Amino acid sequence: MVPTGYYMALSAALFAIGVAGVVLRRNVIVMFMSIELMLNAVNLAFVALGRGFGTADGQVIVFFVITVAAAEAAVGLAIMLAIFRSRETINADELNLMRW
Amino acid sequence: MPLWLFGFLAALSIVSALGVILQANPVHSLLALVMTLLAVAVLFIGLGAVTLGFIQAIVYAGAIMILFLFVIWLLNLQAEAGIAGGRLARRFFGAIAAAALMGELFAILSRAPSGGNLEAPAGYGSIHNLAMLLFSDYLVAFEVTSLLLLAAVVGSIALARRPAGARDGAVAPPRAAGSR
Repeated sequence: MVPTGYYMALSAALFAIGVAGVVLRRNVIVMFMSIELMLNAVNLAFVALGRGFGTADGQVIVFFVITVAAAEAAVGLAIMLAIFRSRETINADELNLMRW
Repeated sequence: MPLWLFGFLAALSIVSALGVILQANPVHSLLALVMTLLAVAVLFIGLGAVTLGFIQAIVYAGAIMILFLFVIWLLNLQAEAGIAGGRLARRFFGAIAAAALMGELFAILSRAPSGGNLEAPAGYGSIHNLAMLLFSDYLVAFEVTSLLLLAAVVGSIALARRPAGARDGAVAPPRAAGSR
């Protein structure tokens, strides 16, 4: 059987890749996908630790995370549509309306 | 789950996660993300969380990713610059920061208690087990989640709607290339 620590290591690697995507990419949609990647890394840690402690609570939390991610994706993509309609770009560097 | 299968799925998910952030074309990034999600779904099933694995494959890799795909097509973003954009210094420090974060996470998580239970208990990830928990201990959170989804539906319609009086055409024509 695979020890829980291996899953935690994989989760850490996926999370760091997601952080790198948010920092390095300037396309808002790809930054958004990187956030989904981070959520997914945390989900993996939840499920692995839930098995490690023999409780199903970790799975319930992941269930909620998936639901919240769906809501977040819907609202975020709607915001992107609205931004694109007025600015014709979704490059994070060019969206400087709120920068002082 | 045998160790070789875990190794294969872990390598697959990491390579496709790197694909998400390295591909220049957002559609390719999205397909790499779907691959990552499916690999993690199989990992869930291997951990005993069977219901959750299928929910991940159907809802996450199916529905949410299609939403992303629709928006990419709607905004016509297939040909965007990849990681090359931005100043060199920022990219350099971004990569350093991400690598440092990974090291930190490894250092902390290797010391975290992990329970040590390698076999999932009987009926661990079944719908019955999950539903018993969801509709007893987590009932309030469940109901709040339904409210959240309703708010998200209304909010995204309100946000994505064309303002009243707007012309019934496509999005505004793209700006000239020089103005970017």
